[in-house]
Amino acid sequence: MFTATRIADKKDWISGATGDWEIIIGLEIHAQVASKAKLFSGSSTEFGSEPNSQVSLVDAAMPGMLPVLNEFCVEQAIRTGFGLNAEINLFSRFDRKNYFYPDLPQGYQISQLYHPIVGEGEIEVDVDGADTIKVGIERLHLEQDAGKSIHDLDPNSTYVDLNRCGVALMEIVSKPDMRSSAEAAGYVKKIRSLVRYLETCDGDMEKGNLRADVNISVRKPGGELGTRCEIKNVNSMRFIAQAIEYEARRQIDIIESGGKIDQETRLFNADTGKTRTMRSKEDAHDYRYFPCPDLLPVKLSQEYVNSIKAALPELPDAKRARFVAEYGLSAYDAGVLVSDREKSAYYEAVAKGNDKKLAANWVINEVFGKLNKENIEIENSPVSAKANNSIVKMITDKTISGKIAKQVFEICWNEGGDPVKIVDERGLKQVTDTGAIEAMIDEIIAANPEQAAKVKDKPKTLGWFVGQVMQKSGGKANPQAVNQLLRSKLL
Amino acid sequence: MSDLTKLSLSEAVSGLRNKEFSSREITQAHLEAMEQARGLNAYLTETPDKAYEMADASDAKIAKGEGGILEGAPIGIKDLFCVDGVKTCAGSKILGEFTPPYESTVTAKLWKDGAVMLGKLNMDEFAMGSSNENSAYGNVISPWQRAGSNAAIVPGGSSGGSAAAVAADLCLAATGTDTGGSIRQPAAFTGLVGMKPTYGRCSRYGIVAFASSLDQAGPITKTVEDAALMLGSMSGFDEKDSTSLSRDVPDFVSACTKSLKGMRIGIPKEYRMDGMPEEIEKLWQQGTQWLRDAGCEIVDVSLPHTKYALPAYYIVAPAEASSNLARYDGMRYGARIDGDDLNSTYERTRAQGFGEEVRRRIMIGTYVLSAGFYDAYYIRAQKVRAKIAEDFKKAWEKCDALLTPTTPSAAFGIGEVSDDPVQMYLNDVFTVTANLAGLPGISVPAALDSQGLPLGLQVIGKALDEETCFAVGGALERAARFNAKATRWW
Repeated sequence: MFTATRIADKKDWISGATGDWEIIIGLEIHAQVASKAKLFSGSSTEFGSEPNSQVSLVDAAMPGMLPVLNEFCVEQAIRTGFGLNAEINLFSRFDRKNYFYPDLPQGYQISQLYHPIVGEGEIEVDVDGADTIKVGIERLHLEQDAGKSIHDLDPNSTYVDLNRCGVALMEIVSKPDMRSSAEAAGYVKKIRSLVRYLETCDGDMEKGNLRADVNISVRKPGGELGTRCEIKNVNSMRFIAQAIEYEARRQIDIIESGGKIDQETRLFNADTGKTRTMRSKEDAHDYRYFPCPDLLPVKLSQEYVNSIKAALPELPDAKRARFVAEYGLSAYDAGVLVSDREKSAYYEAVAKGNDKKLAANWVINEVFGKLNKENIEIENSPVSAKANNSIVKMITDKTISGKIAKQVFEICWNEGGDPVKIVDERGLKQVTDTGAIEAMIDEIIAANPEQAAKVKDKPKTLGWFVGQVMQKSGGKANPQAVNQLLRSKLL
Repeated sequence: MSDLTKLSLSEAVSGLRNKEFSSREITQAHLEAMEQARGLNAYLTETPDKAYEMADASDAKIAKGEGGILEGAPIGIKDLFCVDGVKTCAGSKILGEFTPPYESTVTAKLWKDGAVMLGKLNMDEFAMGSSNENSAYGNVISPWQRAGSNAAIVPGGSSGGSAAAVAADLCLAATGTDTGGSIRQPAAFTGLVGMKPTYGRCSRYGIVAFASSLDQAGPITKTVEDAALMLGSMSGFDEKDSTSLSRDVPDFVSACTKSLKGMRIGIPKEYRMDGMPEEIEKLWQQGTQWLRDAGCEIVDVSLPHTKYALPAYYIVAPAEASSNLARYDGMRYGARIDGDDLNSTYERTRAQGFGEEVRRRIMIGTYVLSAGFYDAYYIRAQKVRAKIAEDFKKAWEKCDALLTPTTPSAAFGIGEVSDDPVQMYLNDVFTVTANLAGLPGISVPAALDSQGLPLGLQVIGKALDEETCFAVGGALERAARFNAKATRWW
């Protein structure tokens, strides 16, 4: 049985007519294994193919067909288990979950109820970039996806597409360790980041390759656990937050008006932001789980598991710790950079041979800033990491100023090209030749004698001269040199 | 010409190889016999075109001095095996006119070795039954009759069509499947040899599933050597069946004549049942004596959990069946009876598509897997199963194989037992243990009872030790000199 010891932060409490409440949240995430073939058949898993074009005899449950376990999927589950800091079970087994539905040809889903491949674990989750919480993992198991029932093609019939039927899913079940929609969102982000680092799932929520069911109950802070409802099919971070907010309020209202929460499965409606009853506990299926007699238990050797562990990439937590310790980045910046495998790889490519902090600032502020603004994924960035590496290098060796660097970045973004060549060809190199700068300064002082005279009394007005020189140089004058020369001439 | 149907499989194969007759000739002889024997209802589908095509191909190979170990030999296939392009309905209405576009591994191996397909054989629906009275296409009638009576006798089940066809010389040999005795019991009832190999020896790919952890394919043949020859072809690892065993297939045929000198044969005392006919008891003693004469040492052994085997079997098998048969829902293939909505379509399709016994077992299986009953029934049955396997392991410390009767009685008349399912289930009492423990078992015809019906003796061997089963079976066959045939009345 679950227990929930942590009490929510007061800021996350919800006030009701009878006092404050806290939300208890657990998540079941279904992550599609990034495998070319299905869990028990050789059919392709490619998304968006013609309906029913990727259905083998096994997927269609033809008489006499037998499942054969795809070892690649087992490996991905183990990799993910390591990512969750979880126990890898050397013995696991597949069970049948029996129910009738047209998109389930076998009449049962092959899953792992009694002996999952991955046991308990724990991950650290960033909440809104501020707090960090620990979320326990109950288990990860492998199972088959069902096909897709399409109800809106015809008013009188349902169409069934079995392409997805039999695709391998990893179901990751958390402990009820989240207390707010922000924490739940942080958890999903972390899981998504992990599976993407591990390349065990592409994390594409739009394609449904990562989906979440949310278990929610409410209680008086620190009090007895309430009855939970399961919200199905919440398919984006935003919907997860919406569903939690709505559902918590709904439950509080029921309890406070003297009602009781029915343990039930509810469906989230993305259009209305509300949840509604899908099936009550009375209607719950008796799935009649039992070990699938067509499959042997999965017995893993410790050597095999160790070899998988040895081949793991550096995961976000370790990477962040390294960025802080070795690169001297702030925990926050490091967190931003490692949140995504592609982002961290991009940063490391920019930082290579450069000042790490400067590179971090540049990547976070300039690159990520621009990408966010334009709503472009890092993979599709018009400016490559290599180009940014050159830009940061030129800032470091004072070839260009920070301001010019931004200009160069804009040019690269819009027109493409090699930043070094751009700086060269467009004459954007910083002027460090003091003679040239001095000439400019003298010219400006000569043109503004009154202003120059005032500087002695009001040193702050020196800035005006700096601006003038920078303008005259087209931003290319080295600001430090300008400052120094102006000071020696006017102060 | 019709004499060709009287040959054993081995005799036929060597006659074909020596070009004494052609495959077309022996195939034609069988097809003609089949035509005359339709009253037995042994075949559900006859495939003469396919048979002649395969026979001609075999003759061409033989002419070139090529061909496999079964080249040109016409055989029958239990309707549970999917054969590419041939209607396969597992004795059920629910599969309708289902014609698989794929081939079971076992039949693929048989064709590769040159066997010729005559047709698909009748069976109890989804292999559930011990008398063939549960076929949706009418019961098979045994070629055997009680002395002085023309009352119709059951051929046993579920491979009743296979047994009747071989016994009536409607094929040289036939495939069967055995989940609780469905090869050995009909073989015993019809004076034939029936071999259920070790679980995993034959691939289950393409065989319509009844109870996956128990189902095994095997041959029903006229002689022990034939069974060895045919099993050699049917066996072997198959990557498409995760439970098939990655082991080399031994030379089963040469095992049939192996000396039994010094072999220890166990007689399990728990197989001596109350109310067992004296004839069976006598035959068992006779068999023991034959083996002693062949040089075996006879030892008494105990398999203390035997009495729990049948109840455990009737929990495990229906549980698996209830799930395995869920796919027959009228959605993708087979029969569908439309209702007002999805659930009523399911209900009508399955209520009308499945016969009474299949429905009964689906209900039992659903019940024993239900929340609240799972531990008391399914889990407990699995524990019993482990105990039974342990019993055998202990017995193997004392002996190399076990000798038992195959069935507690000879064949019975059609309708005599069919209204009492529990009585019917008792037919499996000596055979289910081998399925529960995954062991090989062979039934060899040994005598006729007082009414002139055949009785069989069973040899159970260690896992993967089919060779000892064949060796002991061969010795029993030589000693029993059983050569009775059903007198032709059809």
